[in-house]
Amino acid sequence: MAGTADMAAGTGGAATALRLVLKRLGAGLVTMLLVSAVVFTVSSLLPGDAAQETLGQSATPEAVAALRQQYGLDRPAPERYLRWLGGLAAGDPGRSLVANMPVAEVIAGRLPNSLLLAGLTAAVSVPLALLVGILSAMRQDSRLDRGLNIATLAMVALPEFLVATLAVLAFSVELRLLPSIAMVKAGAGWGETLRSLAMPVMTLSVVVVAQMARMTRAAVIAQLGQPYVEMARLKGLGPARVVFAHVLPNAVGPIVNAMALSLSYLLGGAIIVETIFNYPGLASLMVNAVASRDMPLLQACAMVFCGAYLLLVLAADVVAILANPRIRQG
Amino acid sequence: MPAPGTAVPGIGYHVEVSGLRITAPRPDSGEAVIVHDVSFAIPRGGVLALIGESGSGKTTIALSLMGHARPGLRIAGGTVRVGGTDVLSLDAAGLSALRGARVAYIAQSAAAAFNPSRAIMDQVVEAAVLHGLMSRAEAEAKAVALFRSLALPDPESIGRRYPHQLSGGQLQRLMAAMALVTGPELVILDEPTTALDVTTQVEVLHAFKRAVREQGATAVYVSHDLAVVAQMADRILVLNQGRVREQGPASQVLKAPADDYTRTLVDAARPAARPAAPAAADRAALLEVRGLTAGYGRVGADGMPAVPILRDVSLSLRRGGTLGVIGESGSGKSTLARVIAGLVRPSGGQVLFDGAPLPPGLEGRAKDQFRRIQLVFQNADTALNPAHTVAGVLGRPLGFYHGLDRAARERRVRELLDLTRLPAAVAGRRCGELSGGQKQRVNLARALAAGPDLLLCDEVTSALDTVVGAAILELMAELRRELGLAYLFISHDISTVRATCDEVLVLYGGTVVEAGGRDAFRRAPFHPYTDLLVGSVPELEPGWLERRRAGAPVPSLPGPPGAGLCRFLPRCPVRLAGTCDRVPPPRRRLSAGNETLCHHDEDTLMRLQATRAEAAC
Amino acid sequence: MTDAAAPLARTGAPLAWARSLPLTGKLGLALVLLWLAVAALGPALAPHAVGAFVSPEVFARPGAAHWLGTDYLGRDVLSRLLSGARYTVGLALAAALLASGTGTALALLAAVGGRWLDEGLSRLMDTLISIPSKIFALVLVAAFGSSLPLLLLVAAVTYVPGAYRIARSMAVGLYQMDYVQVARARGEGRLYVARAEILPNMVGPLLADFGLRFVFIVLLLSGLSFLGLGVQPPDADLGSLVRENISGLPEGASAILAPALAIASLTVGANLLIDAVSGKGRR
Repeated sequence: MAGTADMAAGTGGAATALRLVLKRLGAGLVTMLLVSAVVFTVSSLLPGDAAQETLGQSATPEAVAALRQQYGLDRPAPERYLRWLGGLAAGDPGRSLVANMPVAEVIAGRLPNSLLLAGLTAAVSVPLALLVGILSAMRQDSRLDRGLNIATLAMVALPEFLVATLAVLAFSVELRLLPSIAMVKAGAGWGETLRSLAMPVMTLSVVVVAQMARMTRAAVIAQLGQPYVEMARLKGLGPARVVFAHVLPNAVGPIVNAMALSLSYLLGGAIIVETIFNYPGLASLMVNAVASRDMPLLQACAMVFCGAYLLLVLAADVVAILANPRIRQG
Repeated sequence: MPAPGTAVPGIGYHVEVSGLRITAPRPDSGEAVIVHDVSFAIPRGGVLALIGESGSGKTTIALSLMGHARPGLRIAGGTVRVGGTDVLSLDAAGLSALRGARVAYIAQSAAAAFNPSRAIMDQVVEAAVLHGLMSRAEAEAKAVALFRSLALPDPESIGRRYPHQLSGGQLQRLMAAMALVTGPELVILDEPTTALDVTTQVEVLHAFKRAVREQGATAVYVSHDLAVVAQMADRILVLNQGRVREQGPASQVLKAPADDYTRTLVDAARPAARPAAPAAADRAALLEVRGLTAGYGRVGADGMPAVPILRDVSLSLRRGGTLGVIGESGSGKSTLARVIAGLVRPSGGQVLFDGAPLPPGLEGRAKDQFRRIQLVFQNADTALNPAHTVAGVLGRPLGFYHGLDRAARERRVRELLDLTRLPAAVAGRRCGELSGGQKQRVNLARALAAGPDLLLCDEVTSALDTVVGAAILELMAELRRELGLAYLFISHDISTVRATCDEVLVLYGGTVVEAGGRDAFRRAPFHPYTDLLVGSVPELEPGWLERRRAGAPVPSLPGPPGAGLCRFLPRCPVRLAGTCDRVPPPRRRLSAGNETLCHHDEDTLMRLQATRAEAAC
Repeated sequence: MTDAAAPLARTGAPLAWARSLPLTGKLGLALVLLWLAVAALGPALAPHAVGAFVSPEVFARPGAAHWLGTDYLGRDVLSRLLSGARYTVGLALAAALLASGTGTALALLAAVGGRWLDEGLSRLMDTLISIPSKIFALVLVAAFGSSLPLLLLVAAVTYVPGAYRIARSMAVGLYQMDYVQVARARGEGRLYVARAEILPNMVGPLLADFGLRFVFIVLLLSGLSFLGLGVQPPDADLGSLVRENISGLPEGASAILAPALAIASLTVGANLLIDAVSGKGRR
């Protein structure tokens, strides 16, 4: 068994890893395609199409028909889907009915804000979550661990509008420290931007840190029960060395996966936070699109969020593949 | 090694344990005592074996020598002294300094005890470097020297590999190197060969014994296997449910046990041969397998699946007969049972039951065919549904096959419990609440409930303690006499098979390398693999390991053999260059009635194996 | 470890079981039972009619007349809360049952139905699961609107893939168990294998998962209502109550805090209970 894989282990392993990564990428693209079909189908199931919506109830049937033709809505569904898909691939997902401008432009105006919010939240919450998760795993069943367990358990179940409301009451109404509206002004300095984003970031972090910390703890604890950990302890290694040199390399996969899931939530899940703080992000744009039934915009937003999710999951998969010597070393 | 375990006057013992008490705190207050006031002492360089069945506390005691208690356990009292250090009074830093440096541990499953994400060498030298005993370069040099003395292949480069790239026997030896690299004064070996195939076990035992002796270390050897312990230890301490039953020099404990419990253990370790079924060569075959091929993946043009598990297997089992199938892990023996039961679809060949061909999968089999063939799995923990009661488990086949009503089912369940020597009260219990032996009896009773003609028994005793397993075998022999059942008895253990079965079949790499009556398996000539197998079973006698023919191990050939060639070729000690690696081996019938798949003829095999003729009786 | 196998439902009398929970579990159980009782009896306990304008003062502070104060139109917050809880708890409970039931049924089907069925179902569910749940719910609401039955359906459909994934991984694992193989080799049909051999061993984790889905759905539905896309006036669930009183935020009105805290106490309580119950199994 042993003598065979020896020679080519290095190069064979790299090739295996590359093949696996490409396979995941391919699977991701297929999923994206299927998602687009689901989104398109669901969002064009009901009557009351865009032309009617734009012109209102009082429009003459002729006018509606004309606009329908202009939008290509008189075409059969498969053809419309393919045309939409082609546009999507080319970066042109159609025209927003409400804003009456290309969807791509509308999204381009909001995406940087969303990325800024998500990026800041990630920068705050990932280290915090790792710290909390690893600490409570190392002190399993201690008072600290139990306390953190109850705290994170409560935090993942809190509705965001409660967290946001309490934050506004505390920092804006009572202490008057932070603005309750998170407008990003063009040309505002970094300090001002950070100040205005403090509360949204805080609110989002509450939920995300709790989620990631719990999953990190679970991943570390799952490894702590393994015989190789007992072996490491019986070699006289201290707890820190056991966790950092032995446990973490094996827990990377699940931890990174948990991070990806939680971070993907930062884009789409920010809906309520964006609404409360009046933050002009992509999620609140999508809520508006739902309220106004602006289907092209809605579809495009949904695809952006799904794409982000798949990208993050793919990144996590790649990290997990590279961290696993079974694959890396063939 | 110094003279066995008697204390030299004036010289203190190296390891002294007295009044050791280990408890398990229970949630409902109170404590369960796991180890009761255990005391023993080992002179410097001595080897003490802790022997006992599961739950005897042997591993728990061994770990306490390092001041370690597994989660849920607590060292509640007593003292442990290693070379003058009071281990139980050490603080965390003191324990850290002791473990891995002065006292080293070799775990049961090296495959699990090595970190899968780190290269072997990193792990082997870690303790030595971290304890500041030597530089990394020195530690690596010492490790390579140990790899060499443990007869590991490629000692220079094996450290760069990862655990998943190595075999179980290699990992177990690497773990010994990891333990010995710091030059510990005490080594604890915790069932270090239990997870290995018997042919690998011998080599590993050899390597361990030499390496420990070269170090001059004191050793504690934990095992359930008396025959293995007989090879390794000067003194034996017999444990039962956390209490010392007996301790003394190895030969005395094995030859003249003073304690009743020890006597039971010793007796169970020597399986008594059971009388063969009344001669019945005239009876028609109940089960016949012809040219069976099975595996996973796409089936190629030659009829072979991409990953073949069974290749051209044929066998025949007559009504009321017993056929033992022997093989090591990966030999395909369990797959054989699954194919016959219909759980795995063969890619070629035929299974005939009572003269009629069985449909290859589950689909198309008649209820009566299902009823007449019953499977009994190795591990009763997983073979019984924990959500069901015993009555439910036994009642289902009664209702399913025989359409019995509620009252008739209850009556029959009581009879079945009685038949398998279980108290009637277990009927209402859930399967998870029973002991291991009871579960295996229920497992048997369920198969009997169907009223079968053939039981496919897959390693039915290997998950059980020896004494319990012996009782199950006894029960199975009785049932067979009473009910006229036929058994296909799958096992990795040739001595059990020889004792219980009329016919024996040896599988290697999915091919039948030898088949015949059980008497043919008592003396040479054998197929070379059977020879290796027979010669690898340790005997209950100190010195067997040394006396065992110590031919230099033949280097393994890399890679699997080509299509059609002998599967044993890479490991065969008597392979013929130019023949075995070119031409598929023929089947030969030997004079004892057994059939081998080998290029060597009877006389050659006889000559090669002469030294062991009669030895295996 | 072995005790973990004993399913939750069978741990004896309910009272003894409740007593055996750790403190946090008891608190969680009490909160969950409280909200179930409120959902069942709420409107009957309410001191005022839901829509009645009972006070000239808007955003009144809690007092003897109105225990939780009044809302932005001078209605009694307690009364509105009691009736809003019925929508929140009832809808979420029904949707969670639907989601877990459907997910489990499909998972069992995939486990015993052979490779192609499993592949097909799993592929579909993997696709649906890569649409983040809130986004999926928004698309569904945009397409179908937000009447009560549709909201229920939206919430259920959104969480079927998650329930399926958990249940399938359990069912496929159990399908490999020896006792399932024994049942198959006995000639048992697929439905029997799924129902009698596999399902009973999934009950514990399935209940825990059901609890989690319930929490998610409460949060989703309240979130939708808070955005104005959920329960529509004149009906109001707890999320709607937060939304309609949002203008009271600067004065810290109880009309906005009370429903938000009500939701939190329900979801946190459920989470504490689930953690205590599954933690008990683990130890």
